[in-house]
Amino acid sequence: MKSLAELQALRDQMKDQMGIRHDAKDNIRVVVGMATCGIAAGARPVLQRLTEEVAKRGLKNVTVAQTGCIGICQYEPVVEVFENGKEKVTYVKMTEDKIAQVVAEHLVNGNPIVEYTIGAAQAEAKD
Amino acid sequence: MYRSHVLVCGGTGCTSSGSDRIVRALENNIKSVGLEQEVKVIRTGCFGLCALGPIMIIYPEGAFYSRVNVDDVPEIVEEHLLKGRVVKRLLYQETVQEDTVKSLDQTDFYKKQMRVALKNCGVIDPENINEYIAYDGYAALGKVLTEMTPEEVIKTVKDSGLRGRGGGGFLTGQKWSFGAASKADQKYVACNADEGDPGAFMDRSILEGDPHVIIEAMAIAAYAIGANHGFVYIRAEYPIAVQRLQHAIDQAREVGLLGKNILGTGFDFDMELRLGAGAFVCGEETALMTSIDGKRGEPRPRPPFPTTAGIFGKPTVLNNVETYANIPQIILKGAEWFRSIGTEKSKGTKVFALGGKIHNTGLVEVPMGTTLREIVEEIGGGIPGGKKFKAAQTGGPSGGCIPDKYLDVPIDYDNLIEIGSMMGSGGLIVMDEDTCMVDIAKFYLEFTVDESCGKCTPCRVGTKRLYEMLDKISKGQGTMEDLDKMEDLCYYIKENSLCGLGQSAPNPVLSTLKYFRDEYIAHIQDKRCPAGVCKELLQYAIDPQKCRGCTLCAKVCPAGAITGTVKEPHVIDPGKCLKCGACMEKCRFGAIVRK
Repeated sequence: MKSLAELQALRDQMKDQMGIRHDAKDNIRVVVGMATCGIAAGARPVLQRLTEEVAKRGLKNVTVAQTGCIGICQYEPVVEVFENGKEKVTYVKMTEDKIAQVVAEHLVNGNPIVEYTIGAAQAEAKD
Repeated sequence: MYRSHVLVCGGTGCTSSGSDRIVRALENNIKSVGLEQEVKVIRTGCFGLCALGPIMIIYPEGAFYSRVNVDDVPEIVEEHLLKGRVVKRLLYQETVQEDTVKSLDQTDFYKKQMRVALKNCGVIDPENINEYIAYDGYAALGKVLTEMTPEEVIKTVKDSGLRGRGGGGFLTGQKWSFGAASKADQKYVACNADEGDPGAFMDRSILEGDPHVIIEAMAIAAYAIGANHGFVYIRAEYPIAVQRLQHAIDQAREVGLLGKNILGTGFDFDMELRLGAGAFVCGEETALMTSIDGKRGEPRPRPPFPTTAGIFGKPTVLNNVETYANIPQIILKGAEWFRSIGTEKSKGTKVFALGGKIHNTGLVEVPMGTTLREIVEEIGGGIPGGKKFKAAQTGGPSGGCIPDKYLDVPIDYDNLIEIGSMMGSGGLIVMDEDTCMVDIAKFYLEFTVDESCGKCTPCRVGTKRLYEMLDKISKGQGTMEDLDKMEDLCYYIKENSLCGLGQSAPNPVLSTLKYFRDEYIAHIQDKRCPAGVCKELLQYAIDPQKCRGCTLCAKVCPAGAITGTVKEPHVIDPGKCLKCGACMEKCRFGAIVRK
């Protein structure tokens, strides 16, 4: 390490990697259903892609977590987005591509993708 | 990028209860379910809640698992890491709520704490310099080297009001200014890591959990006083701390944060470890430096003070581990921030090692001015078994016992001295009604008799005589005259000893004489130990009404002191009885009484 600038660069880089060790309050929590049903339907690649995308875009306020069975196994893989003060958004039948779009549109730009949510899926089923 | 971090405590407490095996089991299990790319296992320093070890925290959930066993690991991996279901039965009970996991800083143990010196302990991997850097590590050194003059550094430390955490409470900034003012071709900085008070382990935990903070702070001190070499005098009995600190020094050297031309500023600094051989007196500054010189570790009179003539006769600034641990944050956050914590004359926080008769044994860091009641009852969780608080011992063999009437006194350097104890290094041992104060005084005197280096007579002979008098009293052979003699001798030793060891050795006797004189009198006049501890004064007897003659006590008695025939009441021969209490433990009818 030859200079202060080098030290600061290393610090910023490391900080990103260690961000999850905080009990942050204003975080967006993205939860992937990882019960047997979810995993069987392909939740693991979705989770991996989600983690990658969040890391790539440096979204420090986003926590990726997983949970058990939500109870709507027919709609797995299910991903839910929790934001303080807002209603939770439930995405269903996620794929790697869909989750990448959700990161870009919802987490970065703040616009939930309605057509991927459970509301849209149920409406479709009724038709 | 890892989506989950598993932090396992690697402090001495948790390591001795098997955290090493837990880490290995975790890594194996995580691999076998194919999560090694997603989950990172980190061994950290001490979390502080040693009573509940081994401890594990899993982020991002922040789930705090306590008393984890190797056999629990597959369940944690399968349930929590793979399926995302927190294993409720292993959670620290206080964090369990109806539907969510309560955050750790909301629990009674952590709520009132303020972590400054222990900031990184239990948060970072102590063997990875990059994690320290991520938490603003070496930023203070960078700031000092590029933006501040040595005078400004000393002024900041002075203005912060930081006082030596080793026990003396001398103003750190002032010590540094003395060191800076000394003219010499070579100066040294040194760190006192010879933590010897029975029951105190905060320095060890800092070295184990955050070793780089000591390196950084010593480099800052060296810059401030014009030194370029440092020594850490550390006990060889702290193997994990020695190993991690050496590892940290090697890492810092590798990336150029130790050595020549640090951060391209032209400042040179390097340091080395010196292992102590386990002598308590080497925690005294002049003895410590004499030991580093390669001589027998004995104190010498002051002046000259170490800042004039210290290691190898050169000006030396010596600070305690916890003192150093505060320095980088004072530099980064400013003197004003530090001054805003604590009481008028004692600024900042203090780490206490809670031990004895208390629920949450462990390390706690609280702002100066917190009361003993808050520490014992709220953070410490009170005394087990519904027993009554009798006293708290602070400052180890140099300190005294604080009775319950002072539970609400705000703790700082000056208040503790006023009530006859001292801060010392911060050991805090809680005693309940089953503790005999004569026995406690005797215990500490036995320690100082053992550890007195023998150089000066008041300490070498005085502590021995004091111990003998205490021994006599505990056996019921003392006289009321002995109490006055003891008190006189105490003051004599305090006034005439060469170093801090002798000057403070009588404190446990003086403070117990002051607050618990009635117990001494009970031992002398009634030949009775009120707490039922001093063996010679105990009498075991069998209540013939309750004894069924089961012969169990006679079988278990190692001295053959109990006789009697089956189904007839037995008797104890007091002449043969060793007072071990084995019969009392075994008796199923409560027929054996201790008087």
